[in-house]
Amino acid sequence: MARITAGVTSSHVPAIAAAWDQGRADDDYWRPIFAGFDWSKKWIARNMPDVVILVYNDHASAFSLELIPTFAIGCADRFEIADEGYGPRPVPPVEGHADLAWHIAQSTILDEFDMTIINKLDVDHGLTVPLTLMFGQPEAWPTRIIPVPVNVVQYPPPTGNRCYLLGQAIRRAVESFPENLNVHVWGTGGMSHQLQGPRAGLINTEFDTAFLDRLTTNPEALRKLPHVEYVREAGSEAIELVMWLVMRGALGEHVRELYRFYHVPTSNTALGHIVLEPTS
Amino acid sequence: MTDLSEFDDIPGTTLFTAQRSRKGYWLNQFCMSLMKAENRERFKADERAYLDEWPMTEAQKQAVLARDYNAAIAEGGNIYFLAKIFATDGKSYQYAAGTMTGMTQEEYAEMMLRGGRSIEGVRSRKEGS
Repeated sequence: MARITAGVTSSHVPAIAAAWDQGRADDDYWRPIFAGFDWSKKWIARNMPDVVILVYNDHASAFSLELIPTFAIGCADRFEIADEGYGPRPVPPVEGHADLAWHIAQSTILDEFDMTIINKLDVDHGLTVPLTLMFGQPEAWPTRIIPVPVNVVQYPPPTGNRCYLLGQAIRRAVESFPENLNVHVWGTGGMSHQLQGPRAGLINTEFDTAFLDRLTTNPEALRKLPHVEYVREAGSEAIELVMWLVMRGALGEHVRELYRFYHVPTSNTALGHIVLEPTS
Repeated sequence: MTDLSEFDDIPGTTLFTAQRSRKGYWLNQFCMSLMKAENRERFKADERAYLDEWPMTEAQKQAVLARDYNAAIAEGGNIYFLAKIFATDGKSYQYAAGTMTGMTQEEYAEMMLRGGRSIEGVRSRKEGS
């Protein structure tokens, strides 16, 4: 039986990709950011997942305004790297896990989550930056990845509660998959950041710290947090944090925090990273 | 009707609502076209001519030509779409965000290094907090 053994969250700031790809990872500005993942790199090498269900948002790369799925799942064997305007990142293509992805799609749909099934998906920095942070620059990514894009661009995005419930449905799906697989669920994006308007550059460390704490101590409170509070307290693009609740919902009721890293600034953003392990 | 008006109380912030998405449809779709290298080349060769191929308003075209991202957002642009313009220019999100604040690039970068913009005083128009 497949089982979810860990949850990981990470911001997916595109400047991290630029710094890494252009060989600036050792600059004074970037060194502490990459060093914040040293523990996690060692940890994941000892606990390498067969599959990562990677919850992220597309940034107008695969989805234009022609088609805006709220929840989707990548069911292909392989996903190419998107050209976001700078040319595609020089990183390996992403290998999917079609059997598990299709199983999750079918299971969640019959569980009343109306997932959009994707067979062709070019993945952008939302998906590849966390891979770089966790795995560096391998010849091929050391795990298979099931992309789960969530709309957080066009209002309204799904509520935090709905994201949490989807996470629970993903857990039920994984646990009913007969193959013996070690599965991680990653939630990406956040933390506080605002990329637009006169309020750009907003960082709210107090909000972010409370959010990180509550993933373990009080996820019920996070489920109830309305969109307006994310935007007001942590900036317009902090709405991405609802995606972390898909991860949290997938871990079950009780979790233990294994590691946390928080760093300001990462370009415009407060970078947050946490590793959780289910205990229930 | 879905009421998103409570978001209007947040200063200096524009949400990408249905209304703005409809207004900005062609502006944002033009931006998407810049994901192809050949389109970036054609745009750079003659920006005005390339923009004129799209059913955009004059105000939208002017915002693009001026790289006035606040104006582009007011005309229905969304930051993740507008990113294709500054990517074509070889500029970063930090550069683009900085231009929207009225600060110089140096001032904006310095503010971020000092921990970013404080939430105090920018939570609510109504409460001025």
